[in-house]
Amino acid sequence: MSQPAMSNSSANRPCIAVRGLRQVFTGSGDKEVVALDGIDLDIHAGEFVCLLGPSGCGKSTLLNAIAGFTTPTAGRITVNGEAVASPGPDRGMVFQEYALFPWMTVERNIAFGLEIQKKPKETIRAKVEALLSMLQLTEFRDRFPKDLSGGMRQRVAIARVLALDAPILLMDEPFGALDALTRRNLQDELLRLWSTLRKTVVFVTHSIEESVYLADRVVVMTYRPGTIKRNVPIALPRERDPSTPEFNRYMKELTQLVMEEQRRHHVDELRGVKGE
Amino acid sequence: MRGNLYRYLQGFLVPCAVLAIWQWISTSGWVSPQILPAPTAVLTRWVAYLLPLQPFDPQQSGYIAWLFSGELLHDASASLYRVMIGFLIGAGLALPLGLAMGASDRIYKLFNPLIQVLRPIPPIAFIPLSILWFGLGNPPAFFLITLGAFFPVLMNTIAGVRHVDAIYIRAARSLGANQTTLFMRVMLPAAAPYILAGARIGIGTAFIVVIVAEMIAVNSGLGYRILEAREFFWSDKIIAGMITIGLLGLAIDTFMNRLNTRLLRWHRGMESR
Repeated sequence: MSQPAMSNSSANRPCIAVRGLRQVFTGSGDKEVVALDGIDLDIHAGEFVCLLGPSGCGKSTLLNAIAGFTTPTAGRITVNGEAVASPGPDRGMVFQEYALFPWMTVERNIAFGLEIQKKPKETIRAKVEALLSMLQLTEFRDRFPKDLSGGMRQRVAIARVLALDAPILLMDEPFGALDALTRRNLQDELLRLWSTLRKTVVFVTHSIEESVYLADRVVVMTYRPGTIKRNVPIALPRERDPSTPEFNRYMKELTQLVMEEQRRHHVDELRGVKGE
Repeated sequence: MRGNLYRYLQGFLVPCAVLAIWQWISTSGWVSPQILPAPTAVLTRWVAYLLPLQPFDPQQSGYIAWLFSGELLHDASASLYRVMIGFLIGAGLALPLGLAMGASDRIYKLFNPLIQVLRPIPPIAFIPLSILWFGLGNPPAFFLITLGAFFPVLMNTIAGVRHVDAIYIRAARSLGANQTTLFMRVMLPAAAPYILAGARIGIGTAFIVVIVAEMIAVNSGLGYRILEAREFFWSDKIIAGMITIGLLGLAIDTFMNRLNTRLLRWHRGMESR
């Protein structure tokens, strides 16, 4: 596998820049919940970043803000120098719930983004064909999502996003609902796509093992308000082997960081504060 | 093999028993045949009702036209025609309004109070007004059937649009969909199971209303025919007409069910059908 060109050096300007981001939600009974506070984050082109933290730490909120689904209470987010105002096809989003359109076949789901851009039919057909074979979906092209396994559905969701050639992939616990084997399989697939297609990936997970396996850098978040607790670059060569001592050192370090936040989450739960 | 045959025959057991008891009561002389004609008499009458009234005369009409000149087919097609026209108008009006009300809170709040007041009025209660407004014949029947089809389709379309899972909308927006695309290619198909269920209820209501409308405002169709038969004490023809109504209703519902299964073959709940 080709080592990704060291992305940090290639870009002077970050691909995604988050500055002083604050996100406040009005919860039940007009109680304000500060989901994110003072987030500063730079993500460089081609970098694979995992956002890690216990549930309720606002990692999905941060991802949604980068995707443009929410408007920040304060602060700003720029992608390639342009302020994020709304969702856009330059930032492909992959959801844990797949979010495939159930009334479309696999093929139609993948073609959807290209069709609404009114691309020529030939271009669409060629692109869909390439993606079907790249993600080993060719024989499932005429199936509806309900007839696919979770792993297959997530492959389709990834293909649907790749169809638009988005330079950035935003992934919200995409493999969280899959069994361990399918999960590893898709993680390897994703790494393969990432290194061949040179995407920038922001990947939300609560699995420490997954973050060490995948990321160039793990961003550990604090629990409520969500801030950045620590940036942990993972200086392991790919492909990574979870059974090595180096891998386990990272696991240990991250586990400690996350557990501190998990304890605060637990205390909150005992007090009856609702999680995310 | 024997099990299959038994299962096949099982469905006929109760109907046959009912027919046998009915036949026995009618022929025993306990009740007047004008009150309860025997099943055999009903069947004879039904066949007569189905077959052409005049003997075949090549000078009058072609053979096929003659074959379909029976009263029953004429009545059934008149009723079906009214159901179709009324349903198409009713659903045609309900669908865009329902989509707009489901998608926009502002439009919902504008129209909802009026609809909540009008909806509980049974279409049949509009009969006197419809005759005053439209006279007799097809127009009042169309009006009443339109009303009957309108509300089920409207209510289900609103509910369908409101229940569209937000994640589909988020996914479509992040794939670059604008408002029109979002509406036509995401909200509408996502709401389709509700809308089609509404259409099925709507066409059922339309079928009820057409019979009543024909009894009062029109002088053709199945509803008219069974009321006419009562004036001559033709109870066998009344029952023959009722059976025809039942068969036609069953045919419509089977058709709608097939259509649903075909259009919603992507839908989770459809696997078992």
